[in-house]
Amino acid sequence: MASDYVLEAHDLVKRFGEFSAVKGVSFSIERGESFGFLGPNGAGKTSTMRMISAVSQPSSGTLSIFSLDPRTQGPEIRGRLGVVPQEDTLELELSVRHNLEMFGRYFDLPRKVLRERATELLEFAQLSERANDKVENLSGGMKRRLTIARALINRPELLILDEPTTGLDPQARHLLWERLYRLKREGVTQIITTHYMDEAEQLCDRLVVMDHGTIVAHGAPRELIVQHSTREVVELRFGTDSHEDRHLQLAPYAQRVEVLPDRVLLYVNEGDDTLRQLHAIGVVPTSALVRRSSLEDVFLRLTGRTLVD
Amino acid sequence: MLLRALPRFGSRRSLHVFERNFMVYRSQWIMLVSGFFEPLFYLLSIGIGLNHLVGPLPVNGRLVSYAAFVAPGMLATSAMNGAVIDSIFNTFFRLKISHAYEAVLSTPLDVADVALGEVWWALTRATAYAASFIICMVLLGDAGSSWVVLCWPAAILTSLTFSCLGLAACTYLRSWQDFDTVALVQLPLFLFSATFFPISLYPHWLGALVAFSPLYQSAALLRGLSLGQFEWIMLMRVAYLVALAIAGITLAARRFQRILAP
Repeated sequence: MASDYVLEAHDLVKRFGEFSAVKGVSFSIERGESFGFLGPNGAGKTSTMRMISAVSQPSSGTLSIFSLDPRTQGPEIRGRLGVVPQEDTLELELSVRHNLEMFGRYFDLPRKVLRERATELLEFAQLSERANDKVENLSGGMKRRLTIARALINRPELLILDEPTTGLDPQARHLLWERLYRLKREGVTQIITTHYMDEAEQLCDRLVVMDHGTIVAHGAPRELIVQHSTREVVELRFGTDSHEDRHLQLAPYAQRVEVLPDRVLLYVNEGDDTLRQLHAIGVVPTSALVRRSSLEDVFLRLTGRTLVD
Repeated sequence: MLLRALPRFGSRRSLHVFERNFMVYRSQWIMLVSGFFEPLFYLLSIGIGLNHLVGPLPVNGRLVSYAAFVAPGMLATSAMNGAVIDSIFNTFFRLKISHAYEAVLSTPLDVADVALGEVWWALTRATAYAASFIICMVLLGDAGSSWVVLCWPAAILTSLTFSCLGLAACTYLRSWQDFDTVALVQLPLFLFSATFFPISLYPHWLGALVAFSPLYQSAALLRGLSLGQFEWIMLMRVAYLVALAIAGITLAARRFQRILAP
């Protein structure tokens, strides 16, 4: 039974002194799926990533990775993992190729095998022409690709990506997504944290939303939208300074109304119908936009609009 | 003994950390070569230069040329500087600037392996540099006796002690600005550790204070060995350096754990 899951976490807690970064989270990740962790800064994502990478030990709870215990079998587990950290941790003093080859040595792989794999991975990351350059001279996108290529040197069964595309331009992001799809097709299980909701919708089969150290929602991206938001969102602007007084007037026409400083959001099932109804009662906004609900709406609903840092 | 002081033994995998350092230094061979020239600079400048100004000194009843007196002190200083530069600067860079250690810990290696690997590397470097220094001493006629060969292991121990202390110290540094503090410790250690004049020149109270300096203990040990003057107190000096090494690496491993895998 346990073998269906690559990873099983039950009631994981991570405490730093008095402070609890993770307050009892449970989840299971199936072989071959892409599993996402969403959450604002400080939600406990990175602490969770560190635990499931078998780097830091849970304060309590049970964790099993490949049906092994990270407390006692850390090296075996890490040998089968690929980890892409949030910030690049490349060896700035080594060349691109040597970064890959040296990293493979930590997994006790023979040099001959590593030379071949490095060549393959350089191709994969579109870095073949830069193989002998110092890492310092690479662009941000190239460093990120190299970091991902490096995480693949041991042919991991489970790839853990902590904000893999933060700071990348759209071209670089799309290239990365395409590479991650390819790996998924090859059967590599992936765990991804991200701030980008479009990324989560694109990449994740299932995901959890974390906030203040707990899981506040879980499911497939579409399921979460159905559960926590409406099908469509109408965005209205009235060109006045304050939209506060609109709340009462609009409330009967939507499942939920959210008044923001610059616009009013109506959560509804048929946006165009709602607009017609509003017209009928004489509500004429300066601009109106009907769009489908996105994961971002769910995310903001669950974790609030207040800036967390 | 040092291995047992680690929270966990560390494993054979620690050799990959050594390998990594070797790979980096291979592309920075100028740094390695400079390590071999350093002793020549010391011995030629301070040894030969001052030797003409300062006459022979009595050491335990034997008259010794100033060059022969000062060379072991320079050997101790060179061992300290090499170890400090390597452990503090390079380790700090990987620990806090490039975060390369974090990447290493996502592989089968753990913190004890990293700390142990750095110690292997420090030992290897120290072995090579101490050998070249002692060969220079012999060639320039600054060796006090053929017992000078025993300076080799003693200089390696010195490097090891300073490497372990340096590893621990670098975990407390926050930015490059903090390196001024390192210089603030290193310079007085060099100037006041009786490396280039006898400790007997100090007033009694200051001499007692200087006895705590690992550089003094090392210089005194190396001087005794170079001149072939054996005393029981030399065992104390060895014990002191070993104790500091164990304290340093234990603290370093604990701090590494806290920083890298909280």
